[in-house]
Amino acid sequence: MDPPWTQSDPLLTPRPYRVTRNRRELQDTVTLELESGDGAPLSFSAGQFNMLYLFGIGEVPISISGSPHEPDPLVHTIRSVGAVTKAICGLKRGQTLGVRGPFGKGWPLEAAIGQDLVLIAGGIGLAPLRPAVRQVIAQRDRYGKVSLLVGARTPKDLLYLAELKEWRSRFDLQVLITVDSAGADWRSHVGVVTMLISKAEFEAGETVAMICGPEVMMRFCVAELRKRGVVAENTYLSMERNMKCAVGYCGHCQFGPTFVCKDGPVFPLARIEPFFRMRGV
Amino acid sequence: MVSPNSKVILERDRLQTILDAIRAQGFRILGPTVRDEAIIYDDISRVEDLPIGWTDEQGAGRYRLCKRSDQAVFGFIGGAHSSKQFLFLPREMIWKVVREGKGFRFVDTQRDSAPLAFFGVRSCDLHAISIQDKVFMPVDPGYRARREKALIVAVQCGLAGKTCFCASMGTGPRATGDFDLALTEILEKQRHYFVVEIGTQRGAEIMEHVSHQAAAASDLEKAEAATRRALSQMGRTMEASDVKDLLYRNYEHPQWDDVARRCLTCANCTLVCPTCFCSSLEDATDLSGDQSERRRQWDSCFNLEHSYLHGGNIRSSPKARYRQWMTHKLATWQDQFGTSGCVGCGRCITWCPVGIDITAEVRAIRESEKRHGND
Ligand SMILES: Cc1cc2nc3c(=O)[nH]c(=O)nc-3n(C[C@H](O)[C@H](O)[C@H](O)COP(=O)(O)OP(=O)(O)OC[C@H]3O[C@@H](n4cnc5c(N)ncnc54)[C@H](O)[C@@H]3O)c2cc1C
Ligand code: SF4
Ligand code: SF4
Ligand code: FES
Repeated sequence: MDPPWTQSDPLLTPRPYRVTRNRRELQDTVTLELESGDGAPLSFSAGQFNMLYLFGIGEVPISISGSPHEPDPLVHTIRSVGAVTKAICGLKRGQTLGVRGPFGKGWPLEAAIGQDLVLIAGGIGLAPLRPAVRQVIAQRDRYGKVSLLVGARTPKDLLYLAELKEWRSRFDLQVLITVDSAGADWRSHVGVVTMLISKAEFEAGETVAMICGPEVMMRFCVAELRKRGVVAENTYLSMERNMKCAVGYCGHCQFGPTFVCKDGPVFPLARIEPFFRMRGV
Repeated sequence: MVSPNSKVILERDRLQTILDAIRAQGFRILGPTVRDEAIIYDDISRVEDLPIGWTDEQGAGRYRLCKRSDQAVFGFIGGAHSSKQFLFLPREMIWKVVREGKGFRFVDTQRDSAPLAFFGVRSCDLHAISIQDKVFMPVDPGYRARREKALIVAVQCGLAGKTCFCASMGTGPRATGDFDLALTEILEKQRHYFVVEIGTQRGAEIMEHVSHQAAAASDLEKAEAATRRALSQMGRTMEASDVKDLLYRNYEHPQWDDVARRCLTCANCTLVCPTCFCSSLEDATDLSGDQSERRRQWDSCFNLEHSYLHGGNIRSSPKARYRQWMTHKLATWQDQFGTSGCVGCGRCITWCPVGIDITAEVRAIRESEKRHGND
């Protein structure tokens, strides 16, 4: 006999969502549009993440990639790297997955009002930053100069290409794109994304930087930003650690004194700086 | 009529009546009992289930059960077990999912089980329970349900072991709160009895069904003397007041390499620790493939996979893992939960197969700082 069940907490037990669209972005990356089983859209802030669950396979943390002001459908961009992400990328229209969330602290878009912004993304790191870019564009007059620096391995690895072009055509947005290597037909920068920092237009004293990418890339960005005068209090990073519960009890996401799931994933560098510099923390 | 904060006397030969009164209120009683040459925590119903006449000798990497020369009921320290395994279960289903047509439905679990009564909880372990409360109460309905109903009968320590250091951590030996009832055992040639402190209204209600007498000032003085005896026997010490800053200053200390050469990364220390809370989640799909259970089980920061990220493990070296464990217990825990993660129970020292001693590791770092200065 089944034990008695109680009504679930949306942060602890998933809700079913239906795939309404699966768009291939790159060879190993897709963007899913999801519709809630009970119709209520999930309101979230830019930089937050959900736990996506696939029947019998597992559950993984994935950032929300849509616009905070248009929460329906729910949008996630996923790169296939292992069992769970591979299965999620293979979902077809009409199939169901479980969603719990949203979790964590996002980008400081309120605190940054009136400031210049420099947003830096490496690879899949553009996925968690996209909601921030979209929100900034929707409320463009609230901010000073805004630059977006994007790095990828090759031109074929550039996420959201059509949208990047659209952003690049705007006069109120500086969009700089670089790749590690490219053929002769590539007409933008070649090299690491940190190199773009010296080209970005911002007033150091009034700038908030937001970075998402591999930890090594973020370390170099931090050093480069510091050279240009952006202090640790105004530098924000999105951190990644193994996650199981996403609500602060499983211990897996610990990073020094913080839990990435509830204190992050976005942190001001000033809060984590000593640990960010060390290995194996 | 007894009321909270009062103290009464219970004769040894009436001890069974307290167990009966607890049982009569529907509790499942868990307490210390001897099994396989160790004292464990399990179901008890009779006084004879308790480790009467037994004691346990402990040291770094050493635990031995021995006969006492008397018939003391609580004349031991305690084994690897604590109430942790009954509140934060080693394995628990947290939800399940059932296929339904093209989709599926998620169902929450919450078993309605008998309320638990913990009998014979020491002061260090009472503190460990309130430390785990901070982790689980806000986010774990299963834990919350078990914890809210639990009844706690503490035992005031009248002896301390060679690996105990609760006095250094400010968690003992005398329990001053967070119990429904607390017993101090007084064993004399002529008389064997308990001073019972009533902590709560629930405790008072239980004592309504137990024949007891008023406590005299001399009885209370004997109970205080038992605490002084335990204090004087405390086997280990740790200078705890500034240990957080000490460890924050020393993430790169060579002592971590030294301990990593000895540590087997077996995770025993985390399993016996009454405050360690790490867990992992797994799926178990039934044979039909129509139903899958999400199961939580104890995990340990000593496991390599604990810090796995696609592309590698953050804490791949034993050094990084030991440092994570000890720094978490003594330093980062304070920033996370406003309390130390160590209550000085000494279990990690006793149950480490190679006898690694958390107090000695802290001391080694502290003394090398004194020798070389800290800059
Ligand atoms: C806050 C946060 C936001 C993220 N946002 C995105 C996103 O928008 N898009 C995207 O493609 N990826 C994102 N990731 C990374 C993504 O979670 C991992 O790629 C994924 O967990 C890999 O799981 P897997 O089973 O496919 O791979 P495997 O390598 O087989 O991993 C096995 C298990 O290890 C854990 N794990 C492995 N890698 C990671 C990781 N990087 N982070 C956390 N847990 C991990 C998971 O529990 C996973 O199930 C994010 C990670 C975090 C922490
Ligand atoms: S770290 Fe060791 S001494 Fe401290 S509470 Fe845990 S097991 Fe007990
Ligand atoms: S400290 Fe001892 S008990 Fe803990 S993991 Fe290392 S060898 Fe095992
Ligand atoms: S993911 Fe479990 S504590 Fe953060």
